[in-house]
Amino acid sequence: MNNNLTQVTLSNGLQLLLKEIHTAPIISSWLWYRVGSRDEVQGRTGVSHWVEHMQFKGTELFPANLLDKAISREGGTWNAFTYMDWTAYFETMPADKIDLALRLEADRMLNSRFDPEEVASERTVIISEREGSENEPLFLLGEAMQQTAFRIHPYHHEVIGDKADLRTMTRDDLYNHYRTFYVPNNAVMAVAGDFETESMLSRIKELFETAPAGNEPARLSRPEPLQNGEVRLSVEGPGATSYVQVCYRFPSASHPDFFPLTVLDSLLAGPSNLNMFSGGISNKTSRLYRALVDKEYVVSVHGGAQATVDPFMYTITMTVHPRRKPEEALAALDREIQRVKEEKVTKDEITRAIKQARAIFAYGSENITNQAFWLGYAEMFANYNWFETYLDKLATVTTKDIQRVANEYFKPQSRVVGTYVPLDGKA
Amino acid sequence: MMANQLNSLPGPDDIYREILPNGITVLARSNFNSPSVVVSGYFEAGALFDPDEKLGLAEYTVAALMRGTQKRTFDEIYNKLESVGASLGFNTGVHKSGFNGRSLAEDLPLLFDLLSDSLTAPIFPKAEMEKLRAQLLTGLAIRAEDTGDMASMIFDQILFKGHPYSRPEDGYPETVQNIKRTDLVRFHREHYGPRGMVIAVVGAVEPENAVSQVKRALGGWQAKGQKETPELPPLKMLKKTVSKHHRIKGKSQSDLVIGTNGPRRRDPEFMPASIGNNILGQFGMMGRIGDVVREKSGLAYYAYSSMNAGIGPGSWEVSAGVSPQNVKRASGLIIDELKRFVQESVTADELADTKANFVGRLPLSLESNGGIAGALLNIERHNLGLDYYRRYAELVNEVSAEDVLNAARKFIDPDNLVIAFAGP
Repeated sequence: MNNNLTQVTLSNGLQLLLKEIHTAPIISSWLWYRVGSRDEVQGRTGVSHWVEHMQFKGTELFPANLLDKAISREGGTWNAFTYMDWTAYFETMPADKIDLALRLEADRMLNSRFDPEEVASERTVIISEREGSENEPLFLLGEAMQQTAFRIHPYHHEVIGDKADLRTMTRDDLYNHYRTFYVPNNAVMAVAGDFETESMLSRIKELFETAPAGNEPARLSRPEPLQNGEVRLSVEGPGATSYVQVCYRFPSASHPDFFPLTVLDSLLAGPSNLNMFSGGISNKTSRLYRALVDKEYVVSVHGGAQATVDPFMYTITMTVHPRRKPEEALAALDREIQRVKEEKVTKDEITRAIKQARAIFAYGSENITNQAFWLGYAEMFANYNWFETYLDKLATVTTKDIQRVANEYFKPQSRVVGTYVPLDGKA
Repeated sequence: MMANQLNSLPGPDDIYREILPNGITVLARSNFNSPSVVVSGYFEAGALFDPDEKLGLAEYTVAALMRGTQKRTFDEIYNKLESVGASLGFNTGVHKSGFNGRSLAEDLPLLFDLLSDSLTAPIFPKAEMEKLRAQLLTGLAIRAEDTGDMASMIFDQILFKGHPYSRPEDGYPETVQNIKRTDLVRFHREHYGPRGMVIAVVGAVEPENAVSQVKRALGGWQAKGQKETPELPPLKMLKKTVSKHHRIKGKSQSDLVIGTNGPRRRDPEFMPASIGNNILGQFGMMGRIGDVVREKSGLAYYAYSSMNAGIGPGSWEVSAGVSPQNVKRASGLIIDELKRFVQESVTADELADTKANFVGRLPLSLESNGGIAGALLNIERHNLGLDYYRRYAELVNEVSAEDVLNAARKFIDPDNLVIAFAGP
């Protein structure tokens, strides 16, 4: 046990992280499965997310209606997220009620019903969820960017899936996916909050260790080949506002270059917020804001990378100023990118980025759900040590590192540039 | 050891409250679990003061506060703030404007300095005003394409016709175009001041220290020109169901808002109506509405009800995002649920579930510094008493099914509804 943290692997392969935090009478429990949209082949895109929805549709023991009512009645909150690399379920409960959440998760790891009628009604709910996203220009542009950047790798498609597949997938497709990936040896359980480790551990063993280990699910391995030339695309749609997105290839989160790139992101576009349950800070003195928003090429600019298992992208999103053209915004962005490649940044800029990260970390630690989130989240692409040593690793970044990674990753020939062209009533 | 549930809630023994000589009320509560601090508050300069032809003025003014002061430029203000990973932002509602800031405890003096500077000494530089105008207008252009925003706006325009609540705080493109720099200067002079201002400080700082920092930053602020808030005009009630479709071309989904008036925060019906609302469209996976529209019919990803209860008349609304061809069917299902809601009492089980939910979720909603600061401001704004969150369980548990039905009947008449939807 280190820092109130206990890490154990149960006999069936379920990996456990427990962290005692006694600041409030609350416990947050998370169950992570190593399955996401990158585990889906064409014809079944969106299956991981749909399975996540079906996990709320009940087991014999906890029928659908009973499930959500039981959690709410106890004053808990619960939700689930499907991402490219993982699917996560959490419950945050008053400390004396956490047992309900543990029993529920142990049960639905094995016993979800996938009732055909529920599958049918959820089909239209998910299509409705997708149509809601399609109302957003940045969803339409982002989807086009991703499928252009990834031709081979299954990061190609959106988590929600393609409509064609959402219309045709069967109950058995969903159930097979569930049985394949929802096995204890493909899961990480993380619990943080107001408990005693010994009794929590024995209760989790009691509930979860009876689940038999399954075959280690194989993940698709189709590395994206090198991109040899800039690709440009455009998406037309309703509205009066243009957007430009620029995506560069970035390494996986476990790659050592992820840290200098994080500092670079912070000084270019403002610090990205790593926490899921506590906001970030403004970016009005970042280099891109000063060069693009202050100079009125765009009305907003944001940048950020995602922590992924395989190399993904760094995305810069610009909302173009009404009096400017997308090409002008792009040219202004390129001047700033060129600058970080040619000139070393200052030491002060690095110190500032580290202080910003430290503050954002402190905000995140006000909240137990967020602390429990990190225990498991870090395991999905690296390990908890990645999170614990994060600030230290940022502190070792030098101005030379920044210049090197800027030149290595901000290559024009491996980027995708996309424009949302508003039809302004001409649709 | 289990932390004690009741004592973790804020109460008179751990909320520090002081009124400064210039009228500012300060509320403070310490929390040393994390080295961070939140500063939140409100003041009497809401959109209620906006002339119709310059709607958006209060919002434009708050957005401009940090664009330059007598001491610092826009870039200097944000450089100080962002260099230490702190944040500070202002917002506007109908009655009040407000602010939210946070920083590491070590940077709290800086945060107060910037708060005071922005509130008391903004200079509204011309060039910055024009940059800001382009950003505000772009925001309005994006709003015009957002089916959810537009359905809500149309709903308010119909429900509150002839009342200030019918107006969107961010205005319209033509009214924002009308606003001049001198309007902002005047708005600041006439409506900004310490009278009616409330500040909550929560986090890794002793309450006495927090109050003395507020005193240093804002205790000397005087504003002779600060005008009184106007009275709200009476509200005209609906006499029939009014339905309006706001067309937005090229969208995949429509947003639907159906509803009517709701209680004010201080009305005795507030708690029974809140409990009823939870049963109607929140509890579990969005209550009865979610069950019928999402679970049973598969018509929507989201379908829920909400109440807006503030100083003046509130609203009680059901929102859903549905396929354009399903708007009518979803509306029918929602109206049927509203009919049931006013015809028969909620069941004993439903009532017990919601009461347990209200009481049980309280520690969670008050977990972060921001959550506590919001709770302290809520206490002050609606005069709930410093022991409100300790009495909360009692207030919830004394509500009967009959109280819920009476509250529902007082406000919801299924024959007099607003049905607003935006989409293709």
